Amino acid sequence: MTFEQRLPPAYLTPGSSSFLDFLAAQAPELLPSRRATPAGSAADLAPHGTTIVAATFPGGVVMAGDRRATMGNVIAQRDIEKVYPADEFSCVGIAGSAGLAVEIVRLFQLELEHYEKIEGSPLSMDGKANRLATLIRSNLGMAMQGLAVVPLFAGFDLATGHGRIFSYDVTGGRYEETAFHSVGSGSLFARGALKKLYREDLDAEGCVTALIQALYDAADDDSATGGPDLTRRIFPIVGVITDRGYRRVSDEDVAAIADRVIAARMERPDGPAAALT
Amino acid sequence: MNMPFYVSPEQLMKDRADFARKGIARGRSVAVLRYADGLLFVSENASAALHKVSEIYDRIAFAAVGRYNEFENLRIAGVRLADMRGYSYDRRDVTGRALANAYAQTLGAIFSSGGEKPYEVELFVGEVGDSPAADQVYRLTYDGQVADERSFAAMGGSAETVTTHLREHYRTGMSLSEAIQLAVDALGRHESGSRVIAVEALEVAVLDRTRTQQRKFKRFTDPELAGILGEDRGEDVGEETPAATDPATDPAADPASDAPVAPPDDTPVAPPVDPGSTG
Repeated sequence: MTFEQRLPPAYLTPGSSSFLDFLAAQAPELLPSRRATPAGSAADLAPHGTTIVAATFPGGVVMAGDRRATMGNVIAQRDIEKVYPADEFSCVGIAGSAGLAVEIVRLFQLELEHYEKIEGSPLSMDGKANRLATLIRSNLGMAMQGLAVVPLFAGFDLATGHGRIFSYDVTGGRYEETAFHSVGSGSLFARGALKKLYREDLDAEGCVTALIQALYDAADDDSATGGPDLTRRIFPIVGVITDRGYRRVSDEDVAAIADRVIAARMERPDGPAAALT
Repeated sequence: MNMPFYVSPEQLMKDRADFARKGIARGRSVAVLRYADGLLFVSENASAALHKVSEIYDRIAFAAVGRYNEFENLRIAGVRLADMRGYSYDRRDVTGRALANAYAQTLGAIFSSGGEKPYEVELFVGEVGDSPAADQVYRLTYDGQVADERSFAAMGGSAETVTTHLREHYRTGMSLSEAIQLAVDALGRHESGSRVIAVEALEVAVLDRTRTQQRKFKRFTDPELAGILGEDRGEDVGEETPAATDPATDPAADPASDAPVAPPDDTPVAPPVDPGSTG
């Protein structure tokens, strides 16, 4: 792929602001969804990422993901990153086939950036969520062979002034969630924990603590979700998005909150008790 | 059978060059300066929505003068080229040199082909490096020539006057506000004196290597610009500011006549606010 000659006519043709559309026309072989794979399941060939949780608070949204990738019963990676900023005001967390998911995230980030550069203004929050749905839908063939990618998308909507969360299914179905949501193998346990811990008046730090508690509960009951790794000091990736943009919570801050959560679990292994009524 | 008049190749090229030069000379100028933290692009542009200076990639920016539709086409092609390369290889593998080459080949081929009208544009491709020594500014002319610019450069209608002013007052390692002040003074120069360009008619952007984000391009909003220019207009900046260019003596800003047509109520569209630097 060299460009020592003049720019190809397609580059100079006005039209789409979508990098995805341009790639599909110019270099379809680079699209993750255009690769033909033989029939049969490929699920055990590559690592899978596991649990992602997100919750909104007044003025923003928080997303967190554990650090484990598994291949069958093997822990493929202990410190994988599964929460990525998609652009200045949104982030995406990925569960499912890790390699494909990372590639889809890369394409999604570029899609948002490309649109913003060409149009001079960013896509709306719903526009971004719809583009991600298109990307996931195009992966349906791979999903049917066991290489599903299920993202969780969250961001700060500049038009409405609050945080929003979107979940997806493998067919590209897009669902807006209120308050909190989780995806991945440990998501049932994480969601149960969040049901009991989440309150609408939590601030950003409260939200981060609730999400770390939820990930702890997910790791407690799901073997594919990684808990806090105390010996290696590996803790969840946490991103906070407000009207000032995406900010990854520093490792030290996450470690401090995780240490408090663990200290409390030493007293009560099942976590904070909720009132009965 | 019709016999076309014979036109020598020299004459043909000269005619095409004259045509392109005339088109470019009608537009207002764009200046680029190296300052301490990167590259500064300043142009006079009454439209807040149709830009002359734009982001291409993480470290690469684009500035143009001439016909809007032609340089907009080249800008979009540049964004596509850069994003395609960055996606195929890696973000670090997208270079200003490759982009300048692609533009040069394109402009050169169009200029010398009989079938196409030459583009009436001149471009700057700027790339900011990790240190001032690694900064690059390429200037591309309508016929596909590439020049490597040191320190500062200007193109467009009154490029020579602007360049002369820059040459007299530029020094290396200027701060951002000094560089903006100098560029705005220089763009306000014309053969018979100087004028003040209103803040609303300025388009200012930088490639700032000190930004923590991957994308180093930042566009200045009017209030930010008024803050920078206002501060420096009020006080003595030092020996580099010549007394003769005191902008207060000429308050009549000339309305930019060449600006692309845009609805006046169109709100300016800026890239996402940089959470790190709010001033």
